[in-house]
Amino acid sequence: MATESGAAEAVGMPQLDFSTFPNQIFWLVVTIVVIYFILSRVALPRIGAVLAERQGSITNDIAAAEEYKLKAKEAEEAYNKALADARTEAQRIVAEAKAEIQADLDQAIAKADAEISAQAAESEKRIGEIRESAMDSVTEVAKETTKAIVASFGGKADARSVNAAVNARLKDMS
Amino acid sequence: MATEESGSVFSFHPMDQFIVKPLFGGTEIHWYTPTNVTFWMALTVLCVVLLLVVTTRKRATIPSRSQSIAELTYGFIYKMVEDVTGKDGVKYFPYIMTLFLFVLFANFLGLVPMAFTTTSHIAVTATLAFAVFFAVTILGFVKNGASFLSLFWVSSAPLAIRPVLAIIEIISYFVRPVSHSIRLAGNMTAGHAVIKVFATFAAAVALSPLAILGVTAMYGLEVLVSFIQAYVFTILTCVYLKDALHPHH
Amino acid sequence: MEGDIAEMGKFIGAGLSAFGMGLAAMGVGNVAGNFLAGALRNPSAAAGQTATLFIGIAFAEALGIFSFLVALLLMFAV
Repeated sequence: MATESGAAEAVGMPQLDFSTFPNQIFWLVVTIVVIYFILSRVALPRIGAVLAERQGSITNDIAAAEEYKLKAKEAEEAYNKALADARTEAQRIVAEAKAEIQADLDQAIAKADAEISAQAAESEKRIGEIRESAMDSVTEVAKETTKAIVASFGGKADARSVNAAVNARLKDMS
Repeated sequence: MATEESGSVFSFHPMDQFIVKPLFGGTEIHWYTPTNVTFWMALTVLCVVLLLVVTTRKRATIPSRSQSIAELTYGFIYKMVEDVTGKDGVKYFPYIMTLFLFVLFANFLGLVPMAFTTTSHIAVTATLAFAVFFAVTILGFVKNGASFLSLFWVSSAPLAIRPVLAIIEIISYFVRPVSHSIRLAGNMTAGHAVIKVFATFAAAVALSPLAILGVTAMYGLEVLVSFIQAYVFTILTCVYLKDALHPHH
Repeated sequence: MEGDIAEMGKFIGAGLSAFGMGLAAMGVGNVAGNFLAGALRNPSAAAGQTATLFIGIAFAEALGIFSFLVALLLMFAV
C-alpha cells in the first residue's frame, strides 16, 4: 500500500496523520465543553431534582402507609375486642334463657307429675270400689241362686248354713 | 488497489473510513476547519441533548419510558462513581458523566453505516486520556500534598521489595494514559476495519452470504464492544480518581 | 511481490503480531472463566465484583489491542 499513489492511499493510516490532530483536538474540546455545560447546567440538576423529589414522595408515601397500617391494626383490634364482648354477652344471654326455660320446664313437669299421680290415685280408688261392689253382688247372686236350687230340690233352705257355705266357697276361689 | 496487480476482485480499503475530510470541500485542514469530525461530534452533542434534556423536559414524578432511560443512565453512572471513588468523589460526577456520554455516543454513532467514528482516532482518545491523567495527578497533589507519592510506596509489601514495586508502580502510572487511550481507539478501529474487510468479501458472489453473515455478527459484537469500551473508559477514570483521592493502599 | 524483501517482512510481521491477539483472547477468556467459577461458588458476592471483572478484561484486552496496533502500523503506516 505504501507504494500506491492517490489521495486515499497517501494517508496510510489516517489515525497517524498528524496534520489533522489540531483540528480534531479543537473540535473535541469544543464538544466536551458543550456537553459539560449542557449536563451541569440543565440535564443533571433536573434529573437529580426529579429523582430527589420522587425519593421524597416515596418516603412520604411509605410513612403514610405505615401510619395507615397502624391505624388498621388498631381498628382490627377494636373490632376483635367488640366481637369478643358481643360473643360473651350472647353466651350469657343464652345461658340465662336456658336456665329460665329449664326452671319453667321443671315446674311444669312437677305440676304435671302431681296431677298425674293424683288422677292415678283417684282411678285406683274407684277401681277398688268397683271391684268391691262387684264382689258383693257376686256373693248376693250366689246366695240367692243356692237358695233357689236348694228349694227346687225340695229342701228347706236354712238361710244361715247356706250363707256360710257360699262364703267358704268364695274364700276358696279367691 | 490489487485489482490490476494480481487479478483479485477484492479492493481492500479498510482504513478509508477513518480519513478526516473538510466538510465543505477543499483539501486544507486547519485547526478551525469544519470537518466530518465536527459533524459527528455535533451529532454526539445532539444525542446527549435528546437523551438527557428532551426526555426529561416534563420532570414527571412518574416517568415516561424515555425519561426512565435518562434516569437509568444517570443512576448507572452516579452509582459507579459512588461505588468506586466513595462519597467524596461524587462532586466529580458531572465530569465523568460528560466523558461517559461523549464516548458512548461517539462509539454508537460510529456504528451508523457510512459514519465516521471520532473515537477511533488516537488524537481524540489521547486528548481525553491525558486530560484525565493530568487532572487526576494535579488533583492528587492538591488534595494530598506530598503524601500523594505514597501511592507508589506499597506499605503492605515487605520492605526489601518496596523499591522494586515503587519503580513498577511509577511505570504503570505513566503508562496509564497510553493504555487508556489506545484501548478505546484500538477497539474502535479494529472493529470497524474488520467489518469493512468482511464487507469487501461481498464483492465475490460465492463469498457474499458468508460476508453478510460475518458483517452481521461483527456488527452485533461491535454494539456490545461500543458500550463496554465506554463503560471501561469511565470506570478506569473513576479508578484513577479514587487513587488521587485516597492514595494510601 | 517481485523480490521486495521489505514488503514481505511487513506482511510476515503483521501476521506474527496477530498471534498476540489470540493470546490476549486467551487472557480475556481466563479472566471471564475464573470470574464465572468464583461467581458460581459464591453468587451473592458476584454482583459487587462485575466492575472488577470489566477492569480485568479491559487490561487483558488492551495488550491484544496493542498487538493489533502493531499489525495495523506494519500494514498501513510503515
